[in-house]
Amino acid sequence: MHVKLSHPERSVEIKGPKKARDVLRELNLVQEAHLVIRGDDLVTEDELLKDGDVVEIRPVISGG
Amino acid sequence: MNCTKCKSKAVIDLPRHNAAFCRPCFTTYAHEQVAYAIKHERMFGRDDRILVAVSGGKDSLALWDILLKLGYKVDALYVDLGIPGYSATSREKVERFAGAAARTHGATLLIHTVQDEEGAGIKELSDLVHRPTCATCGTIKRYQFNKAAVERDYDAMATGHNLDDEAARLLGNVLHWQDEYLDKQGPTLPASVEGFAKKVKPLYRLSEREIAAYAVLNKIDYIVEECPMAKGSKMLLYKEVLNRLETESPGTKHRFYWGFLEQQALRQNSGQAGATAPQSMAEKDRSLLHPCGTCGQPTTGEICSYCKMMARAKVAHSE
Repeated sequence: MHVKLSHPERSVEIKGPKKARDVLRELNLVQEAHLVIRGDDLVTEDELLKDGDVVEIRPVISGG
Repeated sequence: MNCTKCKSKAVIDLPRHNAAFCRPCFTTYAHEQVAYAIKHERMFGRDDRILVAVSGGKDSLALWDILLKLGYKVDALYVDLGIPGYSATSREKVERFAGAAARTHGATLLIHTVQDEEGAGIKELSDLVHRPTCATCGTIKRYQFNKAAVERDYDAMATGHNLDDEAARLLGNVLHWQDEYLDKQGPTLPASVEGFAKKVKPLYRLSEREIAAYAVLNKIDYIVEECPMAKGSKMLLYKEVLNRLETESPGTKHRFYWGFLEQQALRQNSGQAGATAPQSMAEKDRSLLHPCGTCGQPTTGEICSYCKMMARAKVAHSE
């Protein structure tokens, strides 16, 4: 699957199928600080992400 | 995973509440949390006029959206800081949201442009006065938001501070035992003296992740990029630490901050509040504050920090 990341903006390819929580773990990202978005929709951590999915992992933490 | 309320497919899980929600039930949850905060912390009433401080980020735009949908009369103020490559985008997001808010709810957007009003952008100003950019930004925003709220007769000024902001700030204040700041960590600060607007934080019960989810699910187009000036800030470090604790033990952040608020309320009700009670805070403000010799806004010194800063910038600029 194609995974878009921010701060800095970049993309990585990850082999599916994998649960959203495992994708976060593989990228060493904390669930509490990120949203997993597939297409226009949020997905829960147990959602199975497949090869061919376009996924955005969006950081939610700001410095203010 | 299914929605805890309606059993349809969930789009977000909230480990701290041991719950998961679908899109409509999550929106209802977010609205209920804000409505509870407003009522429980006596922030404002149905007939009050509210001014929201907006930045183009998820928190302030979600706050404006929720308050309008809850039926409150809410306008907004945006301070254009003139940060190259950032302010133009954030302003565009705010103006786009404001256009829809004006059409649907008759809300108004006010804009304060630092370059026009203070004579230079935020970076140049902070260089002139030799202060960190974030400190200069904070002084200008606090001053301009308060000024607009008081001059335009708003009943309260609302900011988008969320649970993560407040928990991180509390952690910082406790780590350094800054008692005087702990006094002002509540979600409602009264208009203690003439010239100070009442300040409220209606999002203090929602985490940063929940607010970002609200923005995505309600199609609020906000600026995702971090302010380039905030890189390496202590607040980001405190938030990271708290989120690691939250991952291991869900609910840590709200137990920490809400627990602090409960302790504060208990001390106040038992008459042992000391310096932390809002009443004594207001009394303390009244005894310490008087009008600034230059602009008239309340200050502890002869001249307020904003006017001092602007005077220093003027001198440095002419040298």
